[in-house]
Amino acid sequence: MIPDSLSTKHPAAAALASKFGDAVIEGNDDHGELTLFIAPASILDVCRFLRDAHEFNRISGITAVDWYPADPRFEVVYLLHSIPRNQRLRLKCRVGENAEIESVTSVWRGANWYERETFDLFGVRFANHPDLRRIMMPTDWTGHPLRKDYPVHGHKYSYQNE
Amino acid sequence: MQELEAHVGVEDAKPTEDELRRKRMTLNMGPQHPSTHGVLRVMIELDGENITRATPDIGFLHTGIEKECEVKTWHQVVTLTDRVDYLANLSNNLCYALAVEKLIGDIEIPPQAQWMRVMLTELTRINSHLVWLGTHALDIGAMSVFFYCFREREDILRIFEMFSGQRMMTSYIRPGGLALEPPRGWQDAVRKFIDAFSSKVDEYEDLLNKNPIWLRRTKGVGYISLEDMLDLGITGPMIRGAGLKWDARKDEPYSSYEKFDFEVATHTDNDVWARYRVRMEEFRQSTRIVKQALDGMPGGPWQANAPKMVLPDREKMKTQMEALIYHFKIVTEGYRVPAGEVYQVVESPRGELGYYIVSNGTSHPYRVFMRTPSFGNIQGLGKLLEGSLIADSIASMGSMDFVLGDTDR
Repeated sequence: MIPDSLSTKHPAAAALASKFGDAVIEGNDDHGELTLFIAPASILDVCRFLRDAHEFNRISGITAVDWYPADPRFEVVYLLHSIPRNQRLRLKCRVGENAEIESVTSVWRGANWYERETFDLFGVRFANHPDLRRIMMPTDWTGHPLRKDYPVHGHKYSYQNE
Repeated sequence: MQELEAHVGVEDAKPTEDELRRKRMTLNMGPQHPSTHGVLRVMIELDGENITRATPDIGFLHTGIEKECEVKTWHQVVTLTDRVDYLANLSNNLCYALAVEKLIGDIEIPPQAQWMRVMLTELTRINSHLVWLGTHALDIGAMSVFFYCFREREDILRIFEMFSGQRMMTSYIRPGGLALEPPRGWQDAVRKFIDAFSSKVDEYEDLLNKNPIWLRRTKGVGYISLEDMLDLGITGPMIRGAGLKWDARKDEPYSSYEKFDFEVATHTDNDVWARYRVRMEEFRQSTRIVKQALDGMPGGPWQANAPKMVLPDREKMKTQMEALIYHFKIVTEGYRVPAGEVYQVVESPRGELGYYIVSNGTSHPYRVFMRTPSFGNIQGLGKLLEGSLIADSIASMGSMDFVLGDTDR
């Protein structure tokens, strides 16, 4: 549930809370930026609703934060932007290491590469993504470099004895 | 033709005319191609001379900057932000600095630093657009523009060197203000450049506006609908060339941009020509902003009064113990930033540049995500090239003005 102060200030947050109920887990507007935690199962519906009813016509970016060793370990972050209303909104979903989250490519085609990047660098899998391949790393790479348990210098080299 | 010749003498395998017509050819462009200005590979599927599908392939310049940020202190990350977009270093510096300052919260950036940041990022915009104009014209076949543009670019790089000691990797805008005191005589150097620059823009336009080759290669070329652009994540001069008046400097003002009087350049043709017109107008608007900054530059300090995060003056370090202690602490351990997360947007020369920064309260960033304009723009490259002629692909790609370092990070 999101606090009442948030609902009164942000109509989009209030509309989401009334339509999706418990799927909107919590929220805050620290530093003046609205952030809502969404249950991973409803992310696609939430995004479609926000685009259609609240004019969030762009996705600025999708990324993840690895809170290793917490469980669920990843927070997938969606940076939404509405040009007609000049608003920004951040959606977050907590997903585990082996969990899958629904792709939002069907809502904004621009999500495609951001989800590929998140998959490549974090290993978060997006279900029903049209083309979930690595984008930054070579195709035969093993591991996901932005995970916290991945060493900065990679697995191949060790500088411990130098 | 080669296709045809290969079949001569082999009666059975001779394709019918219909088969030939349906035959698609796949062409690999890059990763090393002079007109991609970096290492970008585009798989182009051709039907005769028409592009039926184009698939960009990126990642050749991936250097793991975001991972590197996590092991540096907040202060050290500034130097990495320079290297993301090597044509708009100060825009990246500014975006990172603003994000960290927002996360810290109770820090007040003095007016002189804010105005100086505006002035320098506008010079960066001019610098970046100059490189774009020169190389874009070179790609399309107008060579002399390149020399004119790089002449002026040299002046800007000299100004940057005067301020920061570096021509490109400036690291001049830091969380808490500026890195160094503005040098003696900077007003004269900037004024000399900016007063002469308006006539230089006219010079470029004289070279191009009535040039029949330029007109034929840019007008009506590289159309992509505004809806597609917004859906695919394209920003900057591309969407302004389609008539959408969205500019973070106006719509989400930062660093006292709201105090400056300027117009957002737009055009409605939505082709390579329109993007050229938008950037030429941005030259003029940036010139206006720099002139206003010069005339109204406030005095006073150029760094925030935050001894725990701003490096102390060298002279004070020799006489004051506190200054020496703070210096030691900042350089060895780094300052701590309260836990939290922010997303800060600035208008880079290429479009929406955003830094999403997460802190867990330590002296290192927990996560730095760079929403770079080139990444979003290249995502729309396939759509932009689809249906156009192969000969126009160079003009279309050039009009996008991407930087591969910015894409791959």
